[in-house]
Amino acid sequence: MTREDLKAIFVEELTGIAPEIEGLKIQDSDNIQEKFDLDSMDIYNLLAALHLRLNIDIPDSDAPRLLTMNDALEYLLEKISE
Amino acid sequence: MPSLGADMESAVLVEWLKAAGDAVKRGDIIAVVETDKGAIEIEIFEDGEITDILVEEGKRVPVGAPLATILVEGEAAVEAAVPETTVEKADATPPVQPGPVLKPQSVDEGSPERASPAARQFAKEQGIDLAAVQGSGPDGAIRLADLQEAGIQPPTRGIDPEAMRHAIATAMSRSKREIPHYYLNHRMDVSAAQFWLDDYNADRSPPERILFGALLVKAVATAVHEFPEFNGVYEADGFIPSKTVNAGVAITIRGGGLVAPAIQNADALSLSELMTQMRDLVGRVRRGSFRASELTSSTITVNSLGDRGVEGVFPIIYPPQVAIIGFGKVSRRPWVIEDEVLPRPVLHMTLAADHRASDGHRGGLFLNAIADQIASPEAL
Repeated sequence: MTREDLKAIFVEELTGIAPEIEGLKIQDSDNIQEKFDLDSMDIYNLLAALHLRLNIDIPDSDAPRLLTMNDALEYLLEKISE
Repeated sequence: MPSLGADMESAVLVEWLKAAGDAVKRGDIIAVVETDKGAIEIEIFEDGEITDILVEEGKRVPVGAPLATILVEGEAAVEAAVPETTVEKADATPPVQPGPVLKPQSVDEGSPERASPAARQFAKEQGIDLAAVQGSGPDGAIRLADLQEAGIQPPTRGIDPEAMRHAIATAMSRSKREIPHYYLNHRMDVSAAQFWLDDYNADRSPPERILFGALLVKAVATAVHEFPEFNGVYEADGFIPSKTVNAGVAITIRGGGLVAPAIQNADALSLSELMTQMRDLVGRVRRGSFRASELTSSTITVNSLGDRGVEGVFPIIYPPQVAIIGFGKVSRRPWVIEDEVLPRPVLHMTLAADHRASDGHRGGLFLNAIADQIASPEAL
């Protein structure tokens, strides 16, 4: 899976949780929680969605590593290749 | 048309999900109405059969107006008054004879697929072939939402921010006008709860984990058992305590507004069941779809600002309820333990209560009881 494929999946799952962000531009360096006003339930739902979609385990303590698009993609690529 | 809040006078019937002749059972969603708070699903509270649809889609009707006639098992057909009809004096109208229930013409003329009337009309207008759409309604009926799933944009029925603002303004103004609020504040070290939760979540997959917010709702729902004067509604005749604990959960709508739908019998649910329900509720609120009973059945409300909020919140009671508990974000603060000052995760909680129904002394005991529950999460 390429970084671009993963990015598409990440954006799709994020949009599923926060439908109102559809069509908005997401920069790789954006803090998604701040930019899109996500609360703890949204982050919880995002972790759950990525867990099911990518079949990877994401410990709760790793949630801060998913806050920007750059960090999230790096983390997810690392997890997928494990 | 049920009243879906103290501020509601009328609503538009957007979509029927059942047709005349359909059998219905308690809990079925039968229609969608558009109110100031957005699109609300209307449930049925009886088992029976819909014999007559009295309000067409797109019509605005006042609260209290009949929407449909439902015949419960063993009941004979009786004519119901249509909203606009002037009812004549009883003695001038001969009693309606019970007769066979007439099944109306099928709405499926010209197309074999089952679909809600709104979905059917929209499909007809747009020239959409319903055979290509997967239905998710009763018996696989196609609903407007299914057209959206299929990539077809149906008419929007989401939340109107302006109407939402109006609904909040009305309810909150009434609260501050009528309810003599008193406020009590308490702080606690929540390290025990956080350790317990971290441990609980550590070996669970993301969908099975529990959020701190669920623990707070459960703590309030459990503690209020001993303090019935905070659980119920204040009506014209005074305070009416509730036998069940339906916890309203304040949910923010991004872009403006909030709603506080209820989790029924929150005290009887396990933490994981409560978490599942909260997750479902937040998801539906954000998509603009929740049930009428969820908006009107709260007996006490919990407002948690979460980790992006501030330390403390002083919430306003949602009438006709008599109490709301506000939780701020957990912050690391100096905390005195024996003779040492140590950094600890500290939670501020505030009780706003109606002085007509309770007094500050009992309110203080109630807040302490909530703190005790949070301090012993393994018992929740």
